[in-house]
Amino acid sequence: MAGIVGYGAYVPMYRIKVEEIARIWHESADQIKNGLGVKEKSVPGRDEDAATIAAEAARRAVFYAGIDSQEIGAVYVGSESHPYAVKPTAATVAQAIGAGPNMTAADLEFACKAGTAAVQMVMGMVDSGMIKYGMAIGADTSQGKPGDALEYTASAGGAAFIIGKKDTIADIIATTSYTTDTPDFWRREGIGFPSHGGRFTGEHAYFKHTIGATKQMLEKTGMKPGDFDYAVFHQPNGKFPTNVAEMLGFKPEQIKQGLITPTIGNTYSGASMIGLAAVLDEAKPGNKILVTSFGSGAGSDSFVLDVKDGIDHKRHKARKVWEMIANKMYIDYAIYLKTRGTIKLK
Amino acid sequence: METAPASSWRRQNASYNLVGNKCEKCGAVYFPSRIICKNCGRESKLREHKLSGDGEVYSYTKITAPSDTFKDDAPYTIGMIKTAEGPFIEGHVVDNGKDVKIGAKVRTVLRRMYADGEEGLIHYHYKFELI
Ligand SMILES: [Zn+2]
Repeated sequence: MAGIVGYGAYVPMYRIKVEEIARIWHESADQIKNGLGVKEKSVPGRDEDAATIAAEAARRAVFYAGIDSQEIGAVYVGSESHPYAVKPTAATVAQAIGAGPNMTAADLEFACKAGTAAVQMVMGMVDSGMIKYGMAIGADTSQGKPGDALEYTASAGGAAFIIGKKDTIADIIATTSYTTDTPDFWRREGIGFPSHGGRFTGEHAYFKHTIGATKQMLEKTGMKPGDFDYAVFHQPNGKFPTNVAEMLGFKPEQIKQGLITPTIGNTYSGASMIGLAAVLDEAKPGNKILVTSFGSGAGSDSFVLDVKDGIDHKRHKARKVWEMIANKMYIDYAIYLKTRGTIKLK
Repeated sequence: METAPASSWRRQNASYNLVGNKCEKCGAVYFPSRIICKNCGRESKLREHKLSGDGEVYSYTKITAPSDTFKDDAPYTIGMIKTAEGPFIEGHVVDNGKDVKIGAKVRTVLRRMYADGEEGLIHYHYKFELI
């Protein structure tokens, strides 16, 4: 059975506070913080993009797994902010970890859930014996239009998972998905910022799909919310995952460790995967973990993981997510605009 | 600055992964790679060798008036890094809020170096990060 052999996460260290963005638009920071459940977000450096974030996470995953990167037979990078429209991020990442040339690679896009779709793809390839190890990455440097509500949450980060059968730290015992054509969020080719369906993004998009995939998983495995030590839900803000957990019958303690959006914002394809990385940083052998991602457009992938003894042998090699989150530098709105390339000098 | 795709592509192993070479006869490590070992001359036995990326700051300078390529990045720091394996490498030092000091420990990260305008290639390259 395929499982996780290694993982790595990366969050850029720059942060901007909700207060600083609210100051520019004359909005109430308290109202936004209460409404979204987010107090600050990560911002990538001027020299960072989805490829460099994916590469850093991938290098950490290879180090953690302790495998020869030549044995990685597939690299898939899920992102909605690939640096090129045409030229694969996955090839750059593979080169940066010393994988290839005898391997397959491709970029995926499914809003915030392309990374978990990549996990499912490499699981199938590993289980069928097509490859020994596969790498699935979710990484983004998402942007919100200045003045749009998304500007308070759209952030940057990523996580990489190496899937294989040998020396796993957690086996993936089941996966389910729930997908429909839903116009909740989109961005056309060549357009800098996304559009969204306002209120439509909640009930008919996030909640319907997250609940759809998770309920299907509980039926498939015969497990109940109380059987899990941890649960991670996609987190476009701090409120949605908290509400969906409650609707499904999970307790706040189960989602706490993997709930990162309140402190780094929504890292899109990275979000549920960084949340899972944070959980693996402290999970113990025998723990059961539920992860359900969500991507606009819309769909959810759900996974149940069973943590193995091997996690104790590799744990010291992890760059812990919550330590990374605590290591930060605040920037103001002007530096934020310069950093995001909104100010052009030529 | 425009870089011919083939020229940056040829240097990719060095610029992404610090691959230089090592003389198997005397153990000397080179970055960038050399064709002949300084110590062994015609007896050289050079093989590809990946540097760990670990090192320390030997000297540094803050750039406030850069060339056009890095105009948007100023101010930034260029460091002369003494790598764990021996070679000295010059490179950008990422701003992570830590003070650059002689002797400070560094590791490498992959970052965007520059892009050829809006339509051209993006050039990725190692930079150094203070630990
Ligand atoms: Zn020699």
